[in-house]
Formats: sequence, structure tokens, C-alpha cells
Amino acid sequence: MFISFSETRLFEYLPQIILPALFATLRMLFFSMILAIIIGSIIAIILIITSPYGLRPSKRIYRILDFSINMIRSFPVIILIVAIAPLTRAIVGTSVGEKAAIVPLTIAAFPVIARYMEASMLEVNKNVILAAKSFGASDSQIIFKVLFSEALPSIVAGLTTTTILFLASTTLAGAVGAGGLGAVALTYGYQRFDDVIMYAIVIILFVMVLIIQGIGELVYRKVKK
Amino acid sequence: MLIACLKLLASFKALGGDFLIQINNLYKSYNNEKILKNINISIKKGEIYGLIGQSGAGKSTLLRCVNGLEKFDSGNISINETSLLSISEMDLRVFRKKIGMIFQDFALLNRRNVMENISLPMECWKYTKSEIKEKTEYLLNLVGLSNKRNSMPSELSGGQKQRVAIARALSLSPEILLCDEATSALDPNTTDSILRLLSDINKELGITVIVVTHEMTVIKNICDRVAVISKGEIIDEDTVENIFLKESAAIDDLVGKKIIAAPENHKIIKLAIRNADINKNFIWELSAINNTKFSVVSANIEQFKDSSFGHIFISVHNDEINSALKYCMSRNIEHTLIDSN
Repeated sequence: MFISFSETRLFEYLPQIILPALFATLRMLFFSMILAIIIGSIIAIILIITSPYGLRPSKRIYRILDFSINMIRSFPVIILIVAIAPLTRAIVGTSVGEKAAIVPLTIAAFPVIARYMEASMLEVNKNVILAAKSFGASDSQIIFKVLFSEALPSIVAGLTTTTILFLASTTLAGAVGAGGLGAVALTYGYQRFDDVIMYAIVIILFVMVLIIQGIGELVYRKVKK
Repeated sequence: MLIACLKLLASFKALGGDFLIQINNLYKSYNNEKILKNINISIKKGEIYGLIGQSGAGKSTLLRCVNGLEKFDSGNISINETSLLSISEMDLRVFRKKIGMIFQDFALLNRRNVMENISLPMECWKYTKSEIKEKTEYLLNLVGLSNKRNSMPSELSGGQKQRVAIARALSLSPEILLCDEATSALDPNTTDSILRLLSDINKELGITVIVVTHEMTVIKNICDRVAVISKGEIIDEDTVENIFLKESAAIDDLVGKKIIAAPENHKIIKLAIRNADINKNFIWELSAINNTKFSVVSANIEQFKDSSFGHIFISVHNDEINSALKYCMSRNIEHTLIDSN
């Protein structure tokens, strides 16, 4: 057996360190996803409106947004956390800790969400949009009552994937001082050669992934009808 | 002088008044490719007007110009004497309430049930709940889907989906209904039932209908007048009866030309039998009174919207051909000598 249970401090750390770290991770994930969904939706709607096939095509706005999104997405999350530290400090006053991690996580997540939403809404049947125009629906009615509403199941599926992807990123943020499960696995597990703690955290993350996926599928089935 | 001018103006007005939709000198191009060239069409109120042509001919684009979904380069479209060019973007939305539209792929919202789909336009125009309920009930009855009110579109057949789409298109009480290949995705029986529904709606509600199609059956079953479009141009326009009996090159292109070979020493005469002539016993007269010997080689008198007409092809020996032709002339039977040999 390559893991020795006799020397681990897992059970000692479980209530004191691991459980608070779990909540820290959940808080980081929750707030960064909420913020990213809000910003991402707005960006997605602007993309959909200004796209060459959109309701109000505007090459300039679309190109600028498209370019920015691709640029942000090309940053690995860990680099982004370091790179935008000054911005983080300006927003939350510090560049370390849980609150500080939410800023780069949000910035990394909203372009992904915006792209997923844009792709989902682009797949809505063009004739449905034409039909809505034909009975005189306004642009905002077309966006919310038709595009957003019809694309909702696909958007939910995209959000589930993004949330799981960024659960992994929150642990990455742990490496640069954000705390959470990632930091515990790294400092208490890996660096102290306590493999049991490290793998225990992997298992906790695995269960979290299962739960997020489960919730995502439940909501998907609910909105799919 | 002034009075004469006014009179002239009044007569123009009267002329325009007969037509609900007028399309004049319409041109449209896309990426330097001319899609519509010099389109002129006038459609009367209460008419069912057909636009037929092969795919890519520009007929759907023309239809979308009528309710402003597509812009055009030059020319004009006016509806109820209101020019589309004079309508602002904002008023265009209000204007479109008067024009319903249905599509080949039904264009229903998959996440709304039948009732919610039908009520969507009314929701958009902020009708009250009771108004929406009342109108939806009425429309469900009209299209015969009362028992499917809570079904999702995925649970419906193609014909039922198109009925929902028709109900939705009628929900704002339009004066005009545009049908863009509305039956092209349906089997022949379902096509017939949808066409019957469109025809009933036209008669009962007095809604003017424009149908775009590549199917001759649609034109045959419901249209009063028809325009044939090819490569962005109207190459023929007439009543359905005239278009069919003329057998113009335009129609031949669409349905395929009928080739009938004459036996040796014989010639073929094609007789056009109009609806008004259907009981005039021309064939009997030709044989019993004119004493011509002939055989009928092909006959296709077909049932149209509310009339029957078609062609009879007879083969006549060369010796008797002149007498036969003379008789046709004297009785005013439209005829063509087909010299196939």
C-alpha cells in the first residue's frame, strides 16, 4: 500500500482545516460563477445583437468584443491571477485570499460563459426569429422571449460544464494564496508528504463534481420539457 | 385644368383602391447578385395569390419584402395605400401586426406548448389575460386543435404544427397571411388539409393570402391568380385557368412538357377546355356534327379551386385535319396544332 494511514493527520485536520477550506472553495466558486453569469449574459446578448447575422449587426462592436474574449480566454487561469493582481488590489483592496481570488476567477469565467451562451443562442432556428419579427416582436422580446428562452436547456448544459471547469480553477487559485481545498491539498498534503490528505481532497472534489453535474442535469431536464 | 387634374387624381386613387397590395418596379440585389428584377404585382383584397418558381428564384425574398423582413434597393411596395418606404422602423412593428406569416419548418417555439405558442404574439402586444384566453380558444377551435392545447410541439405531427403556426399567425387578426412554402414539408394528404384550412380562413375571415411555393398542387387547389418567377423575374402572371391552359414555357419548366407522338399520317390537336366550356360537348359535336374521325390520345381535365379545366389531345388523320381545325375555329375552341412529326 503506497498510502500509509498510520501517519496521516487527516482526521485531526478534517473539522479544523478541511471543512472550512471546503466552504471557502464553495464560496469562491459560487460568487465568481454568479458574477461571471451576469457579465457573461450581458456580453452574450451584445454579441448576439451585433453579430453579422444578428438583430442589429455592428461589425465594430462585435469585432472588439470577439477579440477581447479570445484574448482573455487565451490566458491560463494561474497566469491571469498573477497578471491582474494590480486590478484585483484596486477592486477588493488586496491581492491575496478568498475575496481576491473571486476577481480573476470571474474575469476568466465570463468569456467562457459568454461564448457558450452565444453558441446556444446562435443555434435557435432562424425562422423562429423571423416569425417573431413578423408579428412585430421588439428586439428585447426576441432576445428574452425567443432566443434566451429557446436556448435555455443548452445554456444550462454549458453552465454546468463551466462550473465544473472553474471548480478546478478555484483549487488552482489556492496555489497563489487564495486558500480553499486546493491550498490544503498542496500545503497540508503534497508538501508535508501526507498523501492521505491529498487524495481525500481529490475525492471531495470528485464528489463535488458529481453533485454539480447532477444538479445541472436535473435543471436541464426541468427546462427541456 | 385644375378640375381635370383632380379628376385624374381621383381616378388613380380609385384604381389603387382595388388593390390591397401593390408592388411596383421592385429591385433587390445581394452581394452584387440581382435577386429581384423589376417586380410588378397587384393583389386584390380577399384574393389568394400564388408565387411559384423553382428554389432560388427569389420568391421567398419577395414575400419577405412585403412585410419588411427584407429591404429592397428600389421600387415600392404599398399596402392599403401606405408605402413601406414611408414607414419608420418603430411603426414597422405595428404595421406587421396586420400581416401574419407561416413557414415551411413551422417556426414554433419548442419550449412553449400549443396555447403558449399561439398566445406569444398577443403577449408581445400586451393583450390582457382574458383577451388572450378568449382569442386562443377561438383559434384552437378554428384550426381544430382544441384537444391538443397543452401538447408540446415535439408531440405534434407536421400538419398539426402548421395548424399551430397558422393559429399564431392569425392571433393579431391580420388582413394578410403570407405563406412561405407552408406545405412543402408535408405529405400529400396533410398538404390538402392545410390548403383547405387556408382556403376556409380566406373565405370566412376575408384574409388576403399570398402563397409562395414550388408545388403545382398548391396553386391548383387554392389560388385565384398566380405569378411565375424565374431568376428573380416575373415571367408570367395571370389567373390560374389562363396560366394552365396557356401552357407557357414558364409552366412547362416547372411541371415538365407533355410530349405526345402522333401516329403515322396523323396530327395532334390540343384543345383547351375552359371551365365555362366544360358542359358544351365539344368532343361529341366534333364527331357527330362535324363528322370528324379522331381518337382521344390524352385528356387531363382537372379540379381546381372552384372550377375544372384542362386539355384534351386528339389525333386526327391528315385528310381531315383542315376540317377539324375549321370547326374548332367556328366554335371558338382554343386549339393548337402540334406538329410532332
